[in-house]
Amino acid sequence: MPATADVLAVTSTGEAVTFWVLGPLALIAAIMMVLSRNAVHAALFLAAVMLSLAGLYAAQDAPFLAAVQVIVYTGAILMLFLFVLMLVGVDSSDSLIETLRGQRIAAVVVGLGFAALLMATIASAVVGEDGTVAAVGLSAANAEGNVQGIARVLFTDYLFAFEITSALLITAALGAMVLAHKERTEPRISQRELARRRFTSEHPWPLPGPGVFAGTNSTATPALLPDGSEAPDSVSPVLERRSAERADAPSAAPGGKDLSSTPGRRSEVEG
Amino acid sequence: MSTLALLAQEADERHLPLTSFGNEPWWLTLGKTLFVFVLLVLMTLFSIVFERKVVARMQQRSGPNRVGPGGWGQSLADGLKLAFKEDIIPALADRPVYLLAPVLSAVPAFLAFSVIPFGPKVSVAGNETALQLTDLPVGVLWVLACASLGVFGIVLAGWSSGSTYPLLGGLRSAAQVISYEIAMALALIAVFLYAGSLSTSEIVAAQSDRWFILTLPLSFVIYVIAITGETNRAPFDLPEAESELVGGFHTEYTSLKFAMFFLAEYINIVTVSALATTLFLGGWQPIWPFSQVEFLSEGWFPMVWFLLKTLVFIFFFVWLRGVLPRMRYDTFMRFGWKVLVPVGLVWIMLVAAARTVALEVDDRRDMLLYAAVAMGVLLVVVFLLPERRQPDEAPGTAVTARDEGGYPTPPMDLAVPPTPRSLVRSAVPAGDPATSETSDRSSSHREA
Repeated sequence: MPATADVLAVTSTGEAVTFWVLGPLALIAAIMMVLSRNAVHAALFLAAVMLSLAGLYAAQDAPFLAAVQVIVYTGAILMLFLFVLMLVGVDSSDSLIETLRGQRIAAVVVGLGFAALLMATIASAVVGEDGTVAAVGLSAANAEGNVQGIARVLFTDYLFAFEITSALLITAALGAMVLAHKERTEPRISQRELARRRFTSEHPWPLPGPGVFAGTNSTATPALLPDGSEAPDSVSPVLERRSAERADAPSAAPGGKDLSSTPGRRSEVEG
Repeated sequence: MSTLALLAQEADERHLPLTSFGNEPWWLTLGKTLFVFVLLVLMTLFSIVFERKVVARMQQRSGPNRVGPGGWGQSLADGLKLAFKEDIIPALADRPVYLLAPVLSAVPAFLAFSVIPFGPKVSVAGNETALQLTDLPVGVLWVLACASLGVFGIVLAGWSSGSTYPLLGGLRSAAQVISYEIAMALALIAVFLYAGSLSTSEIVAAQSDRWFILTLPLSFVIYVIAITGETNRAPFDLPEAESELVGGFHTEYTSLKFAMFFLAEYINIVTVSALATTLFLGGWQPIWPFSQVEFLSEGWFPMVWFLLKTLVFIFFFVWLRGVLPRMRYDTFMRFGWKVLVPVGLVWIMLVAAARTVALEVDDRRDMLLYAAVAMGVLLVVVFLLPERRQPDEAPGTAVTARDEGGYPTPPMDLAVPPTPRSLVRSAVPAGDPATSETSDRSSSHREA
């Protein structure tokens, strides 16, 4: 099929520029992700990889894939990843000691295997039985619209794979819920019950905040000056003043310190 | 492009086909980009003062009224002030991430607006063009993608500040966005089903005879609740709850970086308002009596309708902030997962069924038959459901113990304990001049 081969061989300038900008960016970010010692930095580099991939998809006439890549992988999965990182509080750099024996070798083997699998799949999709190019190109795939084309393929030819994948995801979610589930042994304390406990306790009112020296937080209680005497300016003259000392203490009776006995202040109130 | 959208566009030649976007002269694209940027910045400056003034009115105040005519220059002055403030970076902050976070928050906010249609086809210097920067086959998904990137800014700001309150704010924000994004996507699916497209211009075209707020009212309600949660607006502004988290994720930010968070927040409000207008309120299309007038529904004028509808939405957000108290965090999450998501799912099923029936079944009688069968099945299911057992009253909740002071009323035979004040008064000698004078004064006040 020479016509299709021509179509495949032609790459527009814009697409080439996009590739040569985003490709190295994705590669550098991927390497940095593996090398960075801080988990959040690694997650950020992973986000950069994902975004570069989304850009590449968009440049290759696959806007739906690009959008889903950003929403699902960058938006939801990496966000969840960051969420867990913050929840467990990994803010220090990780140590480089292997916790699983032979992890690096296994990782290399699995990575090579995945690359081989990917190449085989792409080759079988692109190259036909007789060695010619079998792919029809994106203009044929997007003939009835990118989103509509994907929907048609996904819900007809690949329906079973689609359903199996969703079943797998639901199983994983259910498994996580079962593992994390905790049986409640006593009834939940309702807001009503909390209020009842508060009103039957010794202190229905909120307690004074820490660092407050007064025995009460009423606005009618004057503040104490550094020498222990009451600050007359701290109480509004229209309020009946309370003593800073406890009311049931014997020294509660006000002496000549009463605010209204100050002549200037009294005239202020009356005038 | 679906046949539905095609049909709608054939009937109405104010819409340009999706393929026409991206084939304009470069200066036109540049002009549109500049227009969107300037519009967003102006809308931010406007809506900050607008919000302060409207909330002030709701609280019997007059709001900002010093800078510029009628106080409308207030946010410009605030922005300038912020730009010249000292830029503080906390010692414990993770510097690169700390610097990146405000940018990550502000840039996607601007990007999201690029697919919003302002108006129909116009002619600029001989070029036919839609009043829209660009459109994609996945236009609405683009807005969602930008929104989900914008949250990264908030979460990273919380983490990188190296402080407790921002971290809690960032955590809350992440959980909130993940939860409410699902409800929002469910609300949008119904719109996609009815419009047969994900592109914003085609969704507007699909609403030329009836807006989706009329056909899909429940989707609209779910969407509005979800975007309130998504944009961190009251009553769902838990990531920056002042009474609990100081400033939330931006506690440690100052100067221009803080201003960028502020900018991003208000642009997001404008964007979600514009998206709601596009998806549910018919975009730039005028309301009924005006849609008959050619001058008001073609050319440049529909931009006024679009801005008016967006403004109504912004007012709605301000209104919510003015009247509703902040929700508690657990009730908020429970509402998202246990109310919004199930309701959204059931609604999608109903909409999909109705849509299929409307498209596939021609005979009205068949349709009624199917509806009757569906209702019958639903009734049987409801009857088969076991009746909910009344929960036994939990021990200790009965309001009987008078001596304990039953909640919420105090006991009838309540003996008021002596207050410190009465103790003080009884200790004062009867002829004390100050006390008697005080009581005289208060009684004379009462008489007057």
